[in-house]
Amino acid sequence: MPALSRRRFLKISAATVLAAGVASRVTRTFAAAAGAGAGTSGVHRIPTFCDLCFWKCGAIASVRDGRLWKIEGNPLDPLCRGRLCPRGTGGIGAYSDPDRLRTPLIRTRERGEEKWREATWDEALDYIAERMQRIKAAHGPESLALFSHGLGGTFLKHTFKAFGSPNIAAPSFAQCRGPRDVGFRLTFGEEVGSPERTDIENAQCLVLIGSHLGENMHNTQVQEFATAIGRGASLIVVDPRFSVAASKAKFYLPIKPGTDLALLLAWMHVIVTEKLYDADYVAKYGYGFEQFAASLVPSTPEWAYPQTGIDPETIRATAREMARYRPATLVHPGRHVNWNGDDAQRSRAIALLNALLGSWGREGGFYTPASMDVPDYPYPDYPKPAKPKVDNPDHRYPFAHEALTTGIRDATLTGQPYPIKGWLVYATNLLQSLPNQAETIKAIQQLDLLVVIDVIPSEIAGWADVVLPESIYLERHDELNVELFREPFVALRQPVIASPHDQKPNWWIARKLAEKLGLGAFYPWQDIEEYLAYRVKEAGLDFAVLKQNGLIRGPRQPLYFATGAPAAFGTPSGKIEFYSPQLEKAGFDPVPKYVPPVAGPPGAFRLLFGRAPVHSFSRTQSNRILSDMMRENAVWVNAGVARRLGLKSGDRVCLKNQDGVVSNRIAVKATERIRPDCVYLVHGFGHTSRGLRHAFGKGAGDAQLITRYKTDALMGGTAMNVNFVTLEPAEAV
Amino acid sequence: MARYVMVIDTRRCVGCMDCVVACKTENNVPEGYNRDWITEEVRGAYPRPQLEIRSERCNHCANPPCVYCCPTGASHVHAQGGVVLVTHEKCIGCKGCLAACPYNARFIHPDGYVDKCTFCLHRVTQGLQPACVSVCPTHCMHFGDLEDPQSDVSQLLQARAHHALLPEAGCQPHVFYLT
Repeated sequence: MPALSRRRFLKISAATVLAAGVASRVTRTFAAAAGAGAGTSGVHRIPTFCDLCFWKCGAIASVRDGRLWKIEGNPLDPLCRGRLCPRGTGGIGAYSDPDRLRTPLIRTRERGEEKWREATWDEALDYIAERMQRIKAAHGPESLALFSHGLGGTFLKHTFKAFGSPNIAAPSFAQCRGPRDVGFRLTFGEEVGSPERTDIENAQCLVLIGSHLGENMHNTQVQEFATAIGRGASLIVVDPRFSVAASKAKFYLPIKPGTDLALLLAWMHVIVTEKLYDADYVAKYGYGFEQFAASLVPSTPEWAYPQTGIDPETIRATAREMARYRPATLVHPGRHVNWNGDDAQRSRAIALLNALLGSWGREGGFYTPASMDVPDYPYPDYPKPAKPKVDNPDHRYPFAHEALTTGIRDATLTGQPYPIKGWLVYATNLLQSLPNQAETIKAIQQLDLLVVIDVIPSEIAGWADVVLPESIYLERHDELNVELFREPFVALRQPVIASPHDQKPNWWIARKLAEKLGLGAFYPWQDIEEYLAYRVKEAGLDFAVLKQNGLIRGPRQPLYFATGAPAAFGTPSGKIEFYSPQLEKAGFDPVPKYVPPVAGPPGAFRLLFGRAPVHSFSRTQSNRILSDMMRENAVWVNAGVARRLGLKSGDRVCLKNQDGVVSNRIAVKATERIRPDCVYLVHGFGHTSRGLRHAFGKGAGDAQLITRYKTDALMGGTAMNVNFVTLEPAEAV
Repeated sequence: MARYVMVIDTRRCVGCMDCVVACKTENNVPEGYNRDWITEEVRGAYPRPQLEIRSERCNHCANPPCVYCCPTGASHVHAQGGVVLVTHEKCIGCKGCLAACPYNARFIHPDGYVDKCTFCLHRVTQGLQPACVSVCPTHCMHFGDLEDPQSDVSQLLQARAHHALLPEAGCQPHVFYLT
């Protein structure tokens, strides 16, 4: 696929001028430079950026008399605008978590028994380097894979590339946003990115399809969502669960799970047949509209009604509502979208609906983001791997443009197209993020080496040969955050306080490991500050100002086509592809077609899962402050169904899935806020790692129950809403 | 004389609990206790329920039963803004106020005294907002002086429909919810 990027990099000089201006305004605000907090009296406020999720909000940590006191939003930061989310505010709980990993560990018993001995860093890294070299000698460097989530993995990726392995993946693609990115690339030639380029704050009509903003606490989005609600924007929410967002909606559509594509097609049918679309926009930027329109003829609201459970009049009324406010109607692309196996095509339908409404490139739709130009550090060239990436042999999934974690797992299990004998896992709990835990465990048993680098003893750490304890974000430097966003900026993460035990920052670990592997030449810098200062200086910015303020903002760029953002599309036709020759050529539907979802056994409920605002993935349940907000999850059951089953809120049940897997005991939440045919869990609970003493056994984990998954044929994403459970009395199991 | 109140917009609030977390870190509230909390009130039946989410705390009542029943004078109304406070040193932990408060806003701190929301008076006297208000990502919380007709809170209560909790208890609560 051609990769025309609309990233527009700013000229250095302009950014510098603005940075100086910003600096002079705020210098007095922050009393101390980085690292001055610990061990000194008084209150020191040190700017950094958050790591409780991947949004990377600018934060200011207050250290009072040498102790961490609180963390607040950095008012200079355009992401958080001075206000963190509850997880960010509770970040000090990550520092004081008594269950943190403290020292390197080397396994002494069988994998998964969680028995280790303490080791020095030298010993642990020697152990890893020796086994990596052994795998390289026997199979080649490509037989090592790195799973890495977030910015913190930057230096480990560098070490891996220097070592010669191309196999680097994160669950954020095949288990999260991948289908969305593929659907939008196929349509607009571009992705929505992260943070998403959604102009929620200017939307007149916002459509959320399964997206539960407010429970899903992506800070900027939630702030803009509240702004939109506050000024009375029209909100349409489609969800089997009456989410917090649904409670604020003008239209709530209680859709039958897995049928969203039918609704999308019917909406587009109405908008096309009633000629409510932006005809000028479509004519100017669209490709293949006639074929697209013709394919929509059968997708009437009457056809969609029995599929979705949404009556034809509501489908028509909501389609007209969207058209009424176009182009300031934003049909939100969502984020975690691996649901039913039709996910890339459903995401493409969302892209197409936005295209009909003319919202891409328009105010209140999708803006055009920009980032600062911060040159890379001049490293030596990486060796060229002798073998291609292992995760997607013969481009089985032709539209996967990022590596597939589950593809690496498959290769590890089968040895095809070549063996994978070592995994290094950074900051991602693969046992909670990949579907089918048994497959992951079986793959682990094929390995000669499993290394986990994390801050807490996660489930995947329980299976590791070597566990390396990382310093938390408040104790370390990291790669710069050069964000592609509404406003360009560069942000610095810097230590606020010293690590309490023998934890080390990721950059130190990656650099030391490279040395042990004889790859020292790839780290010409000695210290991270030297590296960061170099990059900042090359960008024409002042590192001292960055340390003082935590970030430097660049000048805003045009956000919309109308104000000068380029209306260019990176598709083969250079237009918005209503009809996709790319898909047709690859043997897929050139316009999305509806396929009914997998049905469950009679009497079983479809298992759905989502987020709570106070937790991130499975990594915050031992944070004592956040745990105080939500100690365990509950299974949401429709109130009528609960009555029928003789259950009331607070009763303990176990969930049993279609393959006989039984969950931990979990409390029932009997509620009028969910359909009768599904149940819902907040993800990340039900920990089984004994090292997580506080979180162990609290609530139930969806990951355990997701034994089945349906793979998206376009891009290899693993759909997880295809599992079904029954509720069993806790005493019976 | 100022009269401090809190006005919370339930339309904007998403119940994220940032207010609860911020209070905890600002005021060093011990594990297992909170001075504020989120209530979700559901009415009606699926698929047309209604949901009101509220950030709740001490209502700093103008007619405070907790103050009237305190045998030591630890619970008192502060001269500034009518804020209801507890002097820890005077509190004997008798729990009379816990029983008297219709809002369950008070708890016994592990150190033995009664603790609760102070409207962050230590911040307010420095010209800052209460911690909960200052962090709220949805900007749904407002704090200010009801006696000042130009204040945010006065203007909002003028312009928007609102209610307070358990008016029938007769305590004259001073936390208001915009609907």
